[in-house]
Amino acid sequence: MNVQAWTFVLVGITFTLYIGVAIWSRARSTGDFYVAGSEVHPVINGMATAADWMSAASFLSMAGLISFMGRDGATYLMGWTGGYVLLALLLAPYLRKFGKFTVPDFVGDRYYSQTARFVAVVCAIFVSFTYVAGQMRGVGIVFSRFLNVPVESGVIIGMGIVFFYAVLGGMKGITYTQVAQYCVLIFAYLVPAVFISLLVTGNAIPQIGFGGPLLDQPDTFLLDKLDGLSQELGFAAYTHGQKSTLDVFCITAALMLGTAGLPHVIVRFYTVPRVAAARVSAGWALVFIAILYTTAPAVAAFARVNLLQTVSNRSYQDIPEWFHKWEETGLLKFEDRNGDGLVQYTGGANNELTVDKDIMVLANPEIANLPDWVIALVAAGGLAAALSTAAGLLLVISSSIAHDLLKRGIRPNIDERQELIAARVSAGLAVILAGYLGINPPGFVAQVVAFAFGLAASSFFPAILMGIFSKRMNSYGAVIGMVVGLTFTAAYIVFFKWIRPELNAPEHWFLGISPEGIGTLGMLLNFAVATAVSALTPAPPLHVQQLVESIRIPRDAGTSHEISV
Amino acid sequence: MDRASVNQASRDAYWRRNLRILAILLSVWFLVSFGCGILFVDALDNIRIGGFKLGFWFAQQGSIYVFVVLIFVYVGLMNRLDREFDVDEQPRRTASSGGSA
Repeated sequence: MNVQAWTFVLVGITFTLYIGVAIWSRARSTGDFYVAGSEVHPVINGMATAADWMSAASFLSMAGLISFMGRDGATYLMGWTGGYVLLALLLAPYLRKFGKFTVPDFVGDRYYSQTARFVAVVCAIFVSFTYVAGQMRGVGIVFSRFLNVPVESGVIIGMGIVFFYAVLGGMKGITYTQVAQYCVLIFAYLVPAVFISLLVTGNAIPQIGFGGPLLDQPDTFLLDKLDGLSQELGFAAYTHGQKSTLDVFCITAALMLGTAGLPHVIVRFYTVPRVAAARVSAGWALVFIAILYTTAPAVAAFARVNLLQTVSNRSYQDIPEWFHKWEETGLLKFEDRNGDGLVQYTGGANNELTVDKDIMVLANPEIANLPDWVIALVAAGGLAAALSTAAGLLLVISSSIAHDLLKRGIRPNIDERQELIAARVSAGLAVILAGYLGINPPGFVAQVVAFAFGLAASSFFPAILMGIFSKRMNSYGAVIGMVVGLTFTAAYIVFFKWIRPELNAPEHWFLGISPEGIGTLGMLLNFAVATAVSALTPAPPLHVQQLVESIRIPRDAGTSHEISV
Repeated sequence: MDRASVNQASRDAYWRRNLRILAILLSVWFLVSFGCGILFVDALDNIRIGGFKLGFWFAQQGSIYVFVVLIFVYVGLMNRLDREFDVDEQPRRTASSGGSA
């Protein structure tokens, strides 16, 4: 069997599995639909959270990015894991105690304000749509490269699958499908990583092989070899940083705070039965995420060594087959400028090769000459990562519309059956819109990641945090803080990404902070403004102060721990 | 009335202990990621463990392992605190300290 046949078989098996799981776990009430009846086991929820969280970007792009960034790639590694510590310690247990279904639920109730609820709903929908468009695009790209299906058809197949289990199963269907998807994606990530680690270092554990010597040069460490090779070719040393310390600090912080503030992650902690379960569930989520996130930097280093050794100064005539395959996609470009028939890959002006960062994970097994089924497995894993994240995001959009806008907003009189229908219809419409955005991606898909994290960091995270840790914070402070934080962050990103992209360079940035890191300043601004405004306006009403008292304690004296739905 | 104020004092004590746990754990969180992985990374890079420079290792590996450990330590400490203040959720007995809430 060739790669394509293997891919058909593996993708077929995994898709059948997802549909089977979805039929088995259908949603029957709004509680099932929004929060899986709040009866998900913490370890299962941890696994589902990991799949929910790790998107096409984590699976397909991250190792490639790190491969080209060297040490600075740590911003993603620490940023996208460290946020779980904040989530576990500062948000998840209290939000679980609060109960209800969504993030706007908390913001609206805690700040006793429909305005606050509305600002939160708009942010949640915007953040989720920008994110989901990227996932659908990822699905289309995997289909087109591995199955020779046009990107459009790939997106439509992906939409069909997500439509089926998100609309039918709601959070309950999504949760159990995500567990299956986690297993597929982590297996698909580890198998090639272990193979390559064995080939390069002789150690089966990539995390250890990464710091060990090379198999063919036992007295040279992999990372030293990589630093040497890079510098020889005019690139910066792999283990040195290029970005300014302040910028690395701010980007990492913005990604961490954004992670903790993303609605599709937060809502997963409403699905477990108890406060203690929410705490431990965040721990399990991070364990399952860390398995991939500690492997990724090792994969990045192996891929970099392989790439430099395989293509550098090699005659174009005897370049391996994979090189031509990727050339056809336009993601790998070779231009023999000096006409010597050799591939010059350097960090200087005489460079002849451009490599798209996104192909590293997909091309890595081919570069290392791994068996066809391993290459096909990577395709199935990429699809699992993209679909699981897309489903979680679609659920946030659907519950924001059906629950926050209709039930808690403009149509409070609808009964549960009508709300469930509204939730399913909006999930269906959201799938279609997401698919449309995947087929016709707005030019900004690549930049919106900065946007999604910046917005979450500068709006949700401070609003929720102050809602729990400050009894004095009132609606004026919170709403004005969110609006100021959001406006500042959005304006900075829009200015450098769209209005004057030619100025997007360190010398023009405020304090040298890039648009990716500006969410950190937005958050500080939010805290400062909210505290000042709140101090000058009346304290929140008594019942809100009692609400804060009550979410701080896992079990109130005299009240049961029953889940109220 | 007296009972209610005792209850309030116990709640406040619980919350203060909670905040202390958070302060300690978040200091460690900050130290391993922003400290070892970013602010002092170049200094730590002078120390080597096998093929890893220590700062680089913290930035790309070590900080993540510490994050995982931190959450489980938090879970353990909080479960103990909940039992100590009798606010844990195990439905094993009726609440002894309340009725006023």
